[in-house]
Amino acid sequence: MTEIGWIGAALTGARPRALGALLRYFRDLDTAEEAFQEACLRALRLWPVKGPPRDPAAWLVMVGRNAALDQVRRQSKTERFTDDAEFEDSEDPEAALVEGLDGAHYQDDVLRLLFICCHPDLPATQQIALALRIVSGLTVREIARAFLVGERAMEQRITRAKRRIAEGDLPFGTPSQDERDQRLAAVAAMVYLLFNEGYAASGGDAHIRLPLCEEAIRLARLLLRLFPADPEIMGLLALLLLQHSRALARLDADGTIVLLEDQDRALWDRAMIAEGLVLIDKAVRHRRRGPYQLQAATAALHARAARPEDTDWAEIGQLYAALERLQPSPVITLNRAVAVAKVDGPEAALALIEPLAEPLAGYFHFFGVRGALLSQLGRTDEARQAFDRAIALAHTPAEAAHIRQHLDRLMKNGRPT
Amino acid sequence: MLYAVLIYDDEEAIGALPKAEFDRLIANHEGVQEKLAADGKLGPVARLMPTTAATTLRQGGETVLLDGPFAETKEQLLGFYIVDCASLEEATEAAGQIGRACNARALEIRPVQLYHPGIGLK
Repeated sequence: MTEIGWIGAALTGARPRALGALLRYFRDLDTAEEAFQEACLRALRLWPVKGPPRDPAAWLVMVGRNAALDQVRRQSKTERFTDDAEFEDSEDPEAALVEGLDGAHYQDDVLRLLFICCHPDLPATQQIALALRIVSGLTVREIARAFLVGERAMEQRITRAKRRIAEGDLPFGTPSQDERDQRLAAVAAMVYLLFNEGYAASGGDAHIRLPLCEEAIRLARLLLRLFPADPEIMGLLALLLLQHSRALARLDADGTIVLLEDQDRALWDRAMIAEGLVLIDKAVRHRRRGPYQLQAATAALHARAARPEDTDWAEIGQLYAALERLQPSPVITLNRAVAVAKVDGPEAALALIEPLAEPLAGYFHFFGVRGALLSQLGRTDEARQAFDRAIALAHTPAEAAHIRQHLDRLMKNGRPT
Repeated sequence: MLYAVLIYDDEEAIGALPKAEFDRLIANHEGVQEKLAADGKLGPVARLMPTTAATTLRQGGETVLLDGPFAETKEQLLGFYIVDCASLEEATEAAGQIGRACNARALEIRPVQLYHPGIGLK
């Protein structure tokens, strides 16, 4: 690994902890970010000469804090926290400073940093953009590119979102266990949305968005490191890994979506699948099933099937039924219908989705599934109508192209031979 | 004499590496493995999953199963090599090759007391 590559990775890896701690000290996001930035500049100058510190996050917190306090001291006569120069020159600076930092704070610090991005007044896309900027440290340009908007527009969006946060009451007290659970749930939901933003690619070239999925996985891993015994966080990370394992197989050379049953399973990432399965195994032990674990278990059944015909659709149907009980939603019913079609046939599935026509009237996948079921039943005209509707509702060229394939197949099979 | 070379690094930093850098790291490992194999020194090699995949069985008094790694440390055990070397000097040289390949924070050279090759797991 190159030295600069390593330092960049160490700074990125330490960012959530360091920035989270600095935010706790300064209680102001801009000051914390400036302090962190200054600490990074010093790291880039000092680490190549003196070697990396043993605890990069602690180093960045201490140096960032001193730099910001210096700034304040220049304006007033504040005492220095410690002597900066002495600190940077000493033989083993971490030994002294690590003691000064309470490691247990990191959990709440990082959670707070992520949680302020989940401000309920902010729309989901702004929450995600903010988390990418603040927690992941992506540049505005990188975020703008992933969201397919101009750099200036994204800059304004992030600035507005930050102002919104600053106006509100930032949660600086030590949270109660209930508050902590609520924060964790909100943050997990945001990480899940971030992944979906990359996965579903609502507009544009999917490959540009793969980094969003990777970033979501990194954040989920960070959460699990902070909350190692939470089965839903295990489920979340497992779900993301299992979905992402299929990234290379999901689109063909033209960028068209390849259905699960048509994917080349040799392209699935076995290492990600193995890790996902391990995490599900760990989560099951806690016997507290939640939505992420159930979705991960479904993804795992697909991952475990060597061939599409080996898929345990009956079990998948039961998992969706369990998910429906926890979180009743027409989209989950639609997913269950796909499993029901495999086990009990298209007629049963069609009956199951009939009541969804109204709530899912604007949902691309509803018409895709409905069209596929109708065409299996030989109801060609109705199938074509459903597919036409799906194309009209498609968000991406890939989605539309996928439905067009269905239509082509329908035309071929429907034509008298 | 067999030595275990235990590789320690900051897994958060490794997780933040750009893909190209990470792929280079893996390719470097493969290069070292080829060389050690050609020298007749290469034993089993393992890369471990991240510590978030770990479970720890704590014994003594009451036995409990805990999620996560055995200890919260600044660097984590990421993987290991078993190498066959004539001396500590030779083992240190082998560890140096591995270290240069992956630029890991620390490599622990630990002589093996008992080695059982197992049943040849794939």
